[in-house]
Amino acid sequence: MFDSLSDRLEGILGRLRGRGRLSEADVDEALAEIRTALLEADVNVSVARSLTAAVRERCVGEDLARSLTPGQQVVKALHAELVNALGGDPLRVTYAPSPPTVVMLAGLQGAGKTTTAAKLARWFRQQGRNPMLVGADLQRPAAVDQLRVLGEQASVPVFSEPTDPLMVAASALREARRLGRDVMIVDTAGRLGIDQVLMDEVSQVSKVLSPRYTFLVLDAMTGQDAVATAEAFGSALSLDGVILTKLDGDARGGAALSVKGVVGKPIVFASTGERLADFDLFHPDRMADRILGMGDVLSLIEQAEREFDREVADESAARLIQGRFTLEDFLAQLQQVKKLGSLSGVLSLLPGVPKEMKSAGSAIGDEQVAQVEAVIRSMTPEERRRPEIIDGSRRTRIARGSGTTTQEVNQLLRQFRDAQQLMRNPGLLGGLLGGGRQARLAEMLDSTMGDPALPAMGGIGGMEALGAGLGGGTGAGSLRASKAARQGKGAKRKKGGGRVTPRGGR
Amino acid sequence: MIAIWILLAAGVALLLAGSAFVVARRRPGSRFARRRRFEPLPPLAGRQPSPEQDSPPRLTTAPRPSQAGAPGDEAPGAPPRMVERLSRTRGVFSSAVRAMRSRRSVDEGAWDDLEEALLRADVGVATTAELLAGLRERVGAGELVGPDSVVAALSAELRGLLGIPPDPLLAMADEGPTVWLFVGVNGVGKTTTIGKLAMAQISAGRSVLLAAGDTFRAAAAEQLAGWAERVGAGIVRGAEGGDPSSVVFDAVQRAQARGVDLVLADTAGRLHTKVNLVEELKKIARVAGRPPGHLTEVLLVLDATTGQNGLVQAREFTEAVGVTGIVLTKLDGTAKGGIVVAIQRELGVPVKLVGLGEGPADLVPFDGDQFVEALLG
Repeated sequence: MFDSLSDRLEGILGRLRGRGRLSEADVDEALAEIRTALLEADVNVSVARSLTAAVRERCVGEDLARSLTPGQQVVKALHAELVNALGGDPLRVTYAPSPPTVVMLAGLQGAGKTTTAAKLARWFRQQGRNPMLVGADLQRPAAVDQLRVLGEQASVPVFSEPTDPLMVAASALREARRLGRDVMIVDTAGRLGIDQVLMDEVSQVSKVLSPRYTFLVLDAMTGQDAVATAEAFGSALSLDGVILTKLDGDARGGAALSVKGVVGKPIVFASTGERLADFDLFHPDRMADRILGMGDVLSLIEQAEREFDREVADESAARLIQGRFTLEDFLAQLQQVKKLGSLSGVLSLLPGVPKEMKSAGSAIGDEQVAQVEAVIRSMTPEERRRPEIIDGSRRTRIARGSGTTTQEVNQLLRQFRDAQQLMRNPGLLGGLLGGGRQARLAEMLDSTMGDPALPAMGGIGGMEALGAGLGGGTGAGSLRASKAARQGKGAKRKKGGGRVTPRGGR
Repeated sequence: MIAIWILLAAGVALLLAGSAFVVARRRPGSRFARRRRFEPLPPLAGRQPSPEQDSPPRLTTAPRPSQAGAPGDEAPGAPPRMVERLSRTRGVFSSAVRAMRSRRSVDEGAWDDLEEALLRADVGVATTAELLAGLRERVGAGELVGPDSVVAALSAELRGLLGIPPDPLLAMADEGPTVWLFVGVNGVGKTTTIGKLAMAQISAGRSVLLAAGDTFRAAAAEQLAGWAERVGAGIVRGAEGGDPSSVVFDAVQRAQARGVDLVLADTAGRLHTKVNLVEELKKIARVAGRPPGHLTEVLLVLDATTGQNGLVQAREFTEAVGVTGIVLTKLDGTAKGGIVVAIQRELGVPVKLVGLGEGPADLVPFDGDQFVEALLG
């Protein structure tokens, strides 16, 4: 997601970055290109215009003339404006004093309301709540059936009755109180913003429920119409925010940048895949990082904290530090990574991952992962600990046992060896997380901290320092660890460090 | 410790991605190799079945001389309703064109107005720039004078871009069951479109069998079964999570055995970026085109609210399964669906049907003139 937008912006900004001096004409030229990039990403026409105007405002003037690194100034200005356009701070969910806390979802047909409802229910369950799903979409055939199936997957009860949405809403409230459910998520029928009858209906349902939160569910692939939709729903319901769905495609997500600007409603949640786990709070600043190609390690860390089995992970981590990472650990780790949702999702959060690899990542289905698992499971414990003992006949046995070919077994072993080396080398390790792009973020953070020497340095260095910083962050909270890494990097930046592409990938 | 987990996760993810990357590069038919081979489709009407071409699936163009395949032609009480439905949205975004018309001369502001109108309709930056460059030239040459003539010329060009819909709109095979396959991303309205089209085809006197090829989305088959019952079509269903190709295969076999004319095959919504799902779709298309079945139409269902990503979708699906036409749904809202102009321009895939509402008769043949009229307000 946002990848092509970030590619475009990177290209434009990359050219600026190297320059010593920027004239107003240079900035204007870059801004015109940025505007085109935004429009191609489906950013609303007016928003694209005001965003570039605001960046210009920040850039042009004496600051730019005096700055030693005018290119950085433009990047910084754009980053700030993107965060602004995306909605400032993430949502802090609060609960109604007298339960249930009602959350209502509305949106166009096919935006993904029903699936989102189930994902949201799962999210609330993870927050330690007892949610209940309510199927008030009596329009689309089998919508309630769909919700029931999804509710079962999320282990959340589903309530519905074949009456009308208003009555369903009223009895759902009673049912939630009877069952002692403290969060109630209401799925409504999809409707067009201009369909007055249905819009009246949904606002009546809203009156019955008096929801704590009303969210508009919006497809990330929506074009210029996103704003019209948000306006229409905003006038019928008092919206609290937008949930963006289908962010796992290659849509450039311009809708995300537009809605806040025009309707004033921030994006609060984002759904990034088909599985129920592919869903989380939306963080505008991180999204801005991602749009500017800086990766999003913080989200990955949080996701890992939530989903990982601490014991297993700690054990593997300890072995990694000692340089004794075996195929057994790899297998255990694989199970953990699977919990993080889709592989392509994980990859998209990492900065500095080559684009080809990202698209290859999206090609990996559960079947391929299962195949890797099968190969490892076909090995004896001894072989997993010491893969070097695997000879021709063992290889044949493993291939037969796992239903693969010896070539595939070979490939896995070779890559594991490469990865092992990669993980033994702390510098490379840092490179993995601190690829060139992340360095820019650090640079920006640094320059905002007022260190004049830093921005003049090369944009991509200090991998070792970052690696050390991450290692040193052991036991610290996620945020602190990451910050420590960034600062460590700033402190020990060296000039010659190039970007490191993990060798396992080639 | 957390940071280390992340490194582990990253390492594992990269390891897997790396292996897939290597495999993908080695495989000649992979998406990396395919992208370069892509060529726009030849005009649909001129398509001949070519035996040596395996994928995209074989298309049989066997126009039935007397019978038009357009559902709107036969659908009861469905005269050209497109303009009337579209008119609901008129005026929402037309202010730019109106502003342009009210100008006394064609100055920079006027061009900005036009640009904005096209961009707001999702026509896209590249197509808009090209259209306007052509017009600027003609204004410069003194060929066009005044805002009105510029708008008129623009609308003529848009109509030209959209082309004339093929005849017949939807092709039937000479003999054996004809299969029409419906593809698209999640939530665009594939199942609903099939339901509406089934009704139109049945009232046109054809026998129709629905293939519930969406075995992924919870309760998708129930939704289609509801339509089958409503319109009086047969349905073939598989197990939830089962193999969609086998559902389509069974449907074709049953259609052959019972002498059914037309199989409408539903598929699960899939993002065009999910390589394995696109591969699955290719298999479905192969199975659908295998005798006795004749796959004559692969229809990409596209949501009118889709922005520039619609072009990417069209490109990827066309590359994978040879899309023969587009069904533009949800055009009765405020969205203008201008992306189809870019799709037609780049890929030559025509819009065949338009969804204008929730009623069964709200699926009508595409009308370029009315579409452009609505687009420019």
